[in-house]
Amino acid sequence: MAYSNKVIDHYQNPRNVGSFGTSNEVKDRSDVGVGIVGAPECGDVMQLQIKVGDDGRIEDAKFKCFGCGSAIASSSLATEWIKGKSVDEALEIKNTQIVEELALPPVKIHCSVLAEDSIRTAINDYKKKNGEVVDDHHHHHHDH
Amino acid sequence: MNLPIYMDNAATTRTDPRVVEAMLPSFTETYGNPGSRNHAFGWESEKLIDKARAQAASLIGAGPKEIVWTSGATESNNLAIKGAAQMYAKAPAGSEGRGHIITAIIEHKAVLDPCKRLEREGFDVTWLEPGPDGIITAQMVKKAMRDDTILVTIMWANNEVGTINEVPEIGAACRERGIVFHTDATQWVGKMPTDVEKDNIDLLSWSGHKIYGPKGVGALYVRRRRPRVRLQAQMDGGGHERGMRSGTLNVSGIVGFGAACEICEQEMESERERLLALRLKMERELASRMDVVEINGHAERRLPHLTNISFGFVEGESLMMGIKDIACSSGSACTSASLEPSYVLKGLGLGDELAHSSLRLSLGRWTTEEEVDHAIDGIVEAVEHLRRLSPLYDLHKEGIDITTIEWQTH
Repeated sequence: MAYSNKVIDHYQNPRNVGSFGTSNEVKDRSDVGVGIVGAPECGDVMQLQIKVGDDGRIEDAKFKCFGCGSAIASSSLATEWIKGKSVDEALEIKNTQIVEELALPPVKIHCSVLAEDSIRTAINDYKKKNGEVVDDHHHHHHDH
Repeated sequence: MNLPIYMDNAATTRTDPRVVEAMLPSFTETYGNPGSRNHAFGWESEKLIDKARAQAASLIGAGPKEIVWTSGATESNNLAIKGAAQMYAKAPAGSEGRGHIITAIIEHKAVLDPCKRLEREGFDVTWLEPGPDGIITAQMVKKAMRDDTILVTIMWANNEVGTINEVPEIGAACRERGIVFHTDATQWVGKMPTDVEKDNIDLLSWSGHKIYGPKGVGALYVRRRRPRVRLQAQMDGGGHERGMRSGTLNVSGIVGFGAACEICEQEMESERERLLALRLKMERELASRMDVVEINGHAERRLPHLTNISFGFVEGESLMMGIKDIACSSGSACTSASLEPSYVLKGLGLGDELAHSSLRLSLGRWTTEEEVDHAIDGIVEAVEHLRRLSPLYDLHKEGIDITTIEWQTH
């Protein structure tokens, strides 16, 4: 299977790699939200951390990813797209937009789903830390 | 050194130019049908077939009349397994209790699927599981034997890990009990010494394209004496190959197969040593330059040219993307159509995450030390790049065992 040039670019030059600290270190920081989704036995784990400013905008985002090239590219792209957005704007990002941008084939759609999940999980974590009510049983409406 | 480098010789090999040379006249000069018994064109082709039969038989210590030509190891396995089961069935088609078959979960699909079909058709199948070393022992097979066991089929060397099963000992146990013994020797023959007499084999499958011969041609050894093994044909037609496999012979392919066997027989000893030295260098360097590198399967009982290595916290497909000038394969789910990690590695008791993190590198006749060195550097660089991205490697460095975490599976 051939990868799109955009996937290869994100694989070779991943954007915003890293974290604002270990899970323990950021656990009590109310300006940081953490989303870890996936599982090693499924072959992909994404970790997204967002740093939110006083104005409710995502100042910075960092990711780490264990997964195939498409998973790495999806999470790298997600950090690019959410930076500068308000948390509610970031929640509007749909996996289908990631699929389109990276030209992912059908077998890689789950990578984009995981990236969308990581954004939602990180934002929910941030909101919870800041006393907002979050619907934990949010039904995901992914377009496959 | 030419890039990309080919390190997927367990998938297929480059046809040896000497083999191609030997094949060429059969296309335009000796093109008769060896089944044509009444003119010189047929006789000339038949001579080529006879020569190839002798070359193939010599490689495995068999007689020329014990070789049945097929389209490849998949067909050889189908003919051996279904053909023997149907021939020695204890009850007619449509009934239950037709006989017991022993095989293993680490077999190639071309063995597993015929056995599954037979299971649906009234045969009982025991699916042996190896220990963590990946090896099927004679003891395991003996323990599974029953009064109604009619067939044992155990591969000689595993295609994903290269581990070597106790084939001569399994053969001896089968002979003692009068059970037909088949081995899929696709990864073994041509690379390792084979003697169907000493090794107690009744049926043996192998393929041309794994031994530097052409694709689309294979052979099945069918024992003719002490004891004579009979098979139910799976391909009906003109009664070729003593009725066991009808169809006009693939003369060019068979000529290439024979030539490939002869070269393997002549060069086997030196080639084994050369490839083993290269494989050991690769394993030693990869394991010493990085942490959490697991060489899968038994430490010694493995093919000289094949290694299967897991690089912890790195996913196999992304690793292959990082070493795109090295052609190899991975046990990762993402490289297979099924999205499941390798059933063979899981069969060895490897956790899913290490199965996802594996590479299979298989060296061959044209692999050079320079290529091995290049591959080592490329793999180290790619693993290090991916570990910088890996949240699992961070957890490992923090001293957290990732298997103790409750992951959100999807």
